[in-house]
Amino acid sequence: MTSHADAVADHGHHEIEIPFNVTPRPDTGVYNAKLGVWLFLASEVMLFGALFSSLILLRTGAPTLPNGLSSWPVGKDTLHVLPATVNTFVLILSSVTVVLAWANLRLGDLKMGRIFIAITLLCGFIFMGIKAYEYSLSFEHHHYPSTHNFFAIYFTMTGLHGLHVLGGMIVFAYFLTFGSKMWKTEPARFTNRIEVVGLYWHFVDLVWIFLFPTLYLL
Amino acid sequence: MTEHVEIHDAHNDPEHIKREVRVYLLVFCSLAVLTGATVAARYVFPDLRMGYAIAIALAIAATKGFLVAGFFMHLLSEKKLIYAVLALTVVFFAFLIWLPLHDIADKMGK
Repeated sequence: MTSHADAVADHGHHEIEIPFNVTPRPDTGVYNAKLGVWLFLASEVMLFGALFSSLILLRTGAPTLPNGLSSWPVGKDTLHVLPATVNTFVLILSSVTVVLAWANLRLGDLKMGRIFIAITLLCGFIFMGIKAYEYSLSFEHHHYPSTHNFFAIYFTMTGLHGLHVLGGMIVFAYFLTFGSKMWKTEPARFTNRIEVVGLYWHFVDLVWIFLFPTLYLL
Repeated sequence: MTEHVEIHDAHNDPEHIKREVRVYLLVFCSLAVLTGATVAARYVFPDLRMGYAIAIALAIAATKGFLVAGFFMHLLSEKKLIYAVLALTVVFFAFLIWLPLHDIADKMGK
């Protein structure tokens, strides 16, 4: 207790030491942030799972036309496949640059680690730019969420996914700038942080891998 | 300011990391090829029945998902607790997807 009081007196504020942020916790086998992000990703699976479930319901519940075909639009004839395909490649590229950043940090090379984080962030900007262009094309054709259930679920799912990309970009921007100061004092902890944000980023890529064919091609 | 810091343990052995990087690049190439295959399959066979088109697209997407989760997210060599968390998630996710499919099967039966 005395040492804690001394620490408060020395620094003028409380410092709470978060345990197991570098070494694995003996009972879980992983460091705390990693378990935390996996639990968060589990909740994210349910969020996007509910939307995929809604997509199936809306699609199969769409009225049948007099010619016997479904009134549900075919994605490849309705949406803009080329920009979405380019975006798929951009996200895949960004996924590999995250793991390359993490690998370089584990090798002790902050410079290369930051370069790969910067490329990942750039990929995020490119993805959002292309997404904005794609939305503008839809609006030009007077396709809004209120136009049809297809566009309602399309804008909801891609919009929510875009928000996740934006969230990841903010975190990468932080680690590229102010957040990288941690490298000087706690390099292993900083490396783990990149691994954790990388797991989130891969999940965002994973969601897109399923969104792309189900919305744009089928 | 030095930018190179030594982080020593078996997991961070430079040779081990370099092997991992080669795997990452191989996975990246595979993902790029599979993305091309997804789009090509839809345009090369435009008259394919929707059921088959969905099956092909989802099979390719599942393969890509396996590559991302298995290698980039290291799920092929993760701890048991993470598998337990994900197993529970899969159960709930499967239920979410089963609900509409069950409804469709019910309608078709009537």
